[in-house]
Amino acid sequence: MRVRAEEAGRIPHEGRLPAVANVAVRLVDVVKKFGETVAVDHIDLEVRDGEFFSLLGPSGCGKTTTLRMIGGFEEPTAGLIELQGQDVTWLPPYQRNVNTVFQNYALFPHLTIYENVAFGLRRKGVKEAEIKSRATEMLELVELPGFENRKPNQISGGQAQRVALARALINRPAVLLLDEPLGALDLKLRKQMQVELKRIQKEVGITFVYVTHDQEEAMTMSDRIAVMNRGHYEQLGEPEMLYERPQTRFVAGFLGVSNLIAGRVDATAGGDWATIALDNGVTVRAPRALAEGKTRILLGVRPEKIRLYETHETVPESHNRMPGTIRAASYMGVSTQYQVDVPGNRRLTVFEQNVERATKSELWAPGEVVVVGWQPQHSFVVRDESAEAAAEEATEVAAEPFGE
Amino acid sequence: MATVTPAPATPSSVQRLARRLDGSALYVFTGLAVLYLLLPVAVIVLFSFNDPAGKSNFVWQGFTLKYWLDPLGVPGLPQAVFLSLVIAFVSTIVATALGTLIGLALVRYDFRLQGATNALIFIPMATPEIVLGASLLTMFVSIGGPPFFPLSAVTILIAHIMFNISYVVVTVRARLEGFPRHLEEAAMDLGANEWTTFWKVTFPLILPGIVAAGLLAFSLSIDDFVITNFTAGKTQTFPMFIYAKYRIGIPVQVNVIGTLIFIIAVGTVGVTTLARIRADARARRR
Ligand SMILES: Nc1ncnc2c1ncn2[C@@H]1O[C@H](COP(=O)(O)OP(=O)(O)OP(=O)(O)O)[C@@H](O)[C@H]1O
Ligand SMILES: [Mg+2]
Repeated sequence: MRVRAEEAGRIPHEGRLPAVANVAVRLVDVVKKFGETVAVDHIDLEVRDGEFFSLLGPSGCGKTTTLRMIGGFEEPTAGLIELQGQDVTWLPPYQRNVNTVFQNYALFPHLTIYENVAFGLRRKGVKEAEIKSRATEMLELVELPGFENRKPNQISGGQAQRVALARALINRPAVLLLDEPLGALDLKLRKQMQVELKRIQKEVGITFVYVTHDQEEAMTMSDRIAVMNRGHYEQLGEPEMLYERPQTRFVAGFLGVSNLIAGRVDATAGGDWATIALDNGVTVRAPRALAEGKTRILLGVRPEKIRLYETHETVPESHNRMPGTIRAASYMGVSTQYQVDVPGNRRLTVFEQNVERATKSELWAPGEVVVVGWQPQHSFVVRDESAEAAAEEATEVAAEPFGE
Repeated sequence: MATVTPAPATPSSVQRLARRLDGSALYVFTGLAVLYLLLPVAVIVLFSFNDPAGKSNFVWQGFTLKYWLDPLGVPGLPQAVFLSLVIAFVSTIVATALGTLIGLALVRYDFRLQGATNALIFIPMATPEIVLGASLLTMFVSIGGPPFFPLSAVTILIAHIMFNISYVVVTVRARLEGFPRHLEEAAMDLGANEWTTFWKVTFPLILPGIVAAGLLAFSLSIDDFVITNFTAGKTQTFPMFIYAKYRIGIPVQVNVIGTLIFIIAVGTVGVTTLARIRADARARRR
């Protein structure tokens, strides 16, 4: 079973963004098939004016195809695409007020950097003097003044990426589409360009639709993210929402590390908390709003939310807890990562900042018996697709295997 | 004295000699290969300055410039050279234009019988010229009417365009297959329609391939003898002229014209290469 796009889209956003925003891009029930392959499977999407929106997902989930349909390079098999309220589903790319930064930059090798940047304005018949001033301004914005007369094969990857950005932005599109624009860069340059891209987006105020499979990149840059899997998105929201309150097993596993333990919702009556009986015999609490209406679930908690206590230490009364044994420890400088065995043959991953315990003798050692504790509001609840599928019997197709 | 000496750190004289030979051997072989390729050309050039005693230009008699000063002074030669040039030019232009379009269609679009078309393109190249010439003759004769019959410059032209198209298609297709399609998408993304995209992006980028195809077509056409001979009727091209004269003695002017063609060909290649090197160097200096 999976969360359909329509359902996921209805999640209330505890947004910083204004409740009523103009829609820059709207996809209505868009489907794209390549022969038998369903690349995009019924997507409904609204990208707001001026936001940095990311499509995040693993390879082959349909991110590029979605972006190409917005850009006009693919025609949807079904559905509707609107740009600023105008139906553009069947318009060619050159009649859409969007521009694209391609994954491989796609700079014209036979033209100089200046001519590359000026290409769009020339097509619109803008006067030479204006082209010159705008191109110069653009090259300054991307910090490449003086590169006008070079050819694309005479600049570095990071510079090419910025030229591609300048070439697109100079046209002042309503929406800028970016397909993994930092994919070809090394880590350091990538981090640097992430900051720069974000700065430029703020400066020009243009809506960015950004495709990436790098969850960290998506989280640092985006206002909102749609987490895609197999042609549709499983959850859409702000980065913190997606991280703290993932709604599907896939999202929980794709963004960061999650500890998931199967269980059933016991009682949701009264108060802020629901009681959850985990299959390993431990009873824990989770925010009631997350558990309501569900029975078989996976209870999740992020590794950095868990604290390890000595057996004689007192864990605060309200906290969730279970006994554990340290199985492995790896010291990583800032923090230490532990693998902790808990009842029911489960193993939890725990990150502990090296503050209270820092030296080797202070750190937990394999074999030590501990108590694992975390605050109930740090629990999240994910549908247990496999249990639900089993319950719904053989009539339903088997659960989709999700990677963790 | 100890008889065992450690292996010398510096190479022995024998080793040094071997190494020197190694280095020069490359030059020797390269020189021989170049010589092998250029010797016939050198002979043609040399004998364009010969002053033969009789009709045959096979024995060096003495230096003269008189044939260079009168390169067309043989009855029938100017007409033959002119016809060859016209046919080469026209067939190159037509074949390059058509071949480029066919190449584009084959690479860019999926259509019925595409595989068959791809294979058919090869047939004129794979068929022995003599067979091709004979069948063209049969075809033109059996059609039996203008412009295919009587045989004339028109039939030669048709034949040359036909075989040239194959070579152009193959050359252009090779260039197109490696063509980055996303560049065209980028152009359209930036507001260029299909027509502008072709002329601003596609064409400039495949131009080297088209030029190469054109040069190939031109040289194939200007020296074709076998097919031309079958389809020429009473007209005579430059290669046919040489062949006709071969028994009674090839006039020295043929060497002169041959040398001129060679110089023009090498000159064209040289100038374009030089221009490219200059442009690269200029770009690198920036
Ligand atoms: N032109 C095409 N013809 C056939 N199948 C295609 C085509 N383009 C994409 N697909 C298929 O559609 C699916 C989605 O592809 P898409 O390129 O959108 O993935 P993606 O999310 O961008 O992946 P990646 O992160 O690897 O770029 C894949 O299964 C892919 O094989
Ligand atoms: Mg992609």
